[in-house]
Amino acid sequence: MNANTLPSSRVAVSRRGSFVAKSLPWVAAALLPLILDGSTTNNLAYSLIWAFGAMGLAVMWGHAGILSFGQTAFFGLAGYAYGVFTINFGEGWMSTSTGLLIALAVSAVLALALGYVIFYGKVQGVFIGIVTLSTTLVFETFMAQTAGPQWAIGAARLNGYNGMSGMPALSLPWSGGFMAIEGVPFYYLILVLLALVYALTRRLIGSTFGLTLAAIRENPQRAEMLGVDIRRHQLLIFIYGCTLGGLSGCLYTVWGAYITPSSMGLTAAAMPVIYVATAGRKSIGGAIIGTAALVWGSQSLAVYSSEYAMILLGAILLLVVLAAPEGVLPFLAQLLRRIRARRRAAVRAQTQPMPRRSEGN
Amino acid sequence: MTTILETQGLTKRFGGAQVINGIDFRIDAGEVRCVIGPNGAGKSTFFKLLTGEHQPSSGSVMFLGESLNGVLPHQRIQMGMSIKFQIPGVFPELTAREHLKLALHMGRDDHPNAIRQMLADFRLEGEADVQAAHLSHGKKQWLEIAMAVALKPKLLFLDEPVAGMSAEETHATGELVLSLRERGLTIMVVEHDMTFVKQIASTVTVLHGGRVFAQGSLGDILARDDVADIYLGKQS
Repeated sequence: MNANTLPSSRVAVSRRGSFVAKSLPWVAAALLPLILDGSTTNNLAYSLIWAFGAMGLAVMWGHAGILSFGQTAFFGLAGYAYGVFTINFGEGWMSTSTGLLIALAVSAVLALALGYVIFYGKVQGVFIGIVTLSTTLVFETFMAQTAGPQWAIGAARLNGYNGMSGMPALSLPWSGGFMAIEGVPFYYLILVLLALVYALTRRLIGSTFGLTLAAIRENPQRAEMLGVDIRRHQLLIFIYGCTLGGLSGCLYTVWGAYITPSSMGLTAAAMPVIYVATAGRKSIGGAIIGTAALVWGSQSLAVYSSEYAMILLGAILLLVVLAAPEGVLPFLAQLLRRIRARRRAAVRAQTQPMPRRSEGN
Repeated sequence: MTTILETQGLTKRFGGAQVINGIDFRIDAGEVRCVIGPNGAGKSTFFKLLTGEHQPSSGSVMFLGESLNGVLPHQRIQMGMSIKFQIPGVFPELTAREHLKLALHMGRDDHPNAIRQMLADFRLEGEADVQAAHLSHGKKQWLEIAMAVALKPKLLFLDEPVAGMSAEETHATGELVLSLRERGLTIMVVEHDMTFVKQIASTVTVLHGGRVFAQGSLGDILARDDVADIYLGKQS
């Protein structure tokens, strides 16, 4: 039975139930700082920071069929851009908020340039993964050799493999001066940004633009024969997804006040793909929850040994690819639907009147 | 009468093989033209030259008086061409409704009423929310035609629209094509099925050896012995 055939009161109840279910994680996330200590809230903020880039990858990969291994290139570049700008222009809400915008703009411009080469150069399929992975490795290699004093932009030393540090936190104007957004307020800032980006992304996917992307993913040649400019659509969503990678990188830099070339390395580049593949590449909400859970889990394990976290992540990915290729959350959702359907069928069987003997014959 | 499509001296070579050998061809507004020919006649290559999948080695293709040399396939669609492919190239995970929403959007009219009307016109109401991967072959073919029509084209290409259809579905598709002609649509059909051709065509172009072998009314073409001969392989 589909929604069109349900009585209107039941449709309303079903919609309300769905709204409540969708709101629940957000409400829970908003209440968590009330029961967690400051340090745990801070770590939770760290876990959520990665969800922006994961959402970007989920849109590119799950909805547009573009598998990029290059989220970390934008992550790192945005982090360095924020650092260079704010170290030169100092703390204060104008400097830091402009730094954030510049970091996003740098990511978008790089995504435009790289995406143009990829999509207008007719690079397709697995080769997009190779090109984007190469890009992040080139950035890592380049930044790793910037140790000398000649590698400085104004007051900001790039500092080679040790990375750049000492950039100020984001801040708000406050009684003639400014107030740094740190600790619990920073957590709430991340949460609000996440909710906004989530809503925007959902809207994008639900729009005709999103439908066009799905068509391109399913059959690019056919989409082109509907008059769709495939390359332009792919480029636009690539810019959007990569800029979200940049947003993750910028917020990461703000959170820890440092950024290093290793954030663009091979191991780092695999992480967003693992997070999104595990959570479910077609689920935007799943990408947020899954990424936050995996980052949280691997950070908790890394306290004992970073190798443990890597081994566990590798094992999880292997298990997911074999058992639930669409991702854990879609797998669980499907399981839940099946259980509900079985229960409904069982209830119907119990409540249906037994056929009379004369009807049965 | 307005000329919709015209080719002059169209040729296509693949390495040393000349597949299309100087085709001069014209379709006027409101026509339903069937292009027929035996296997290897060059129908598919000719079709791909018109849609932009292949670029000609020499000669020209004019659409509504404009040269299509160097014009990309999606730009040709935006100019007013529309294509229904031989093998249904649907989007497996999208529903029939989503297919039409997208196609109508590209045709600048994705109002829900327009979608409903298209679903009804193409007998897809019952499968509106079914993913295309789960549609029958015949329904996929109709969905393809519906998408092509939804673009509101000035010229509709149908490449073997009844391939794999039952006799009943073939006849229904023929009626559909005739109703589209009544709406004033110009249609070019590449087809093998002569029952279908007889149902819909007024003018037929016979391709053979990469050139126009014969052209005229359906009755004249069917009466020619040399056309029968090339189908039976008696003439090369």
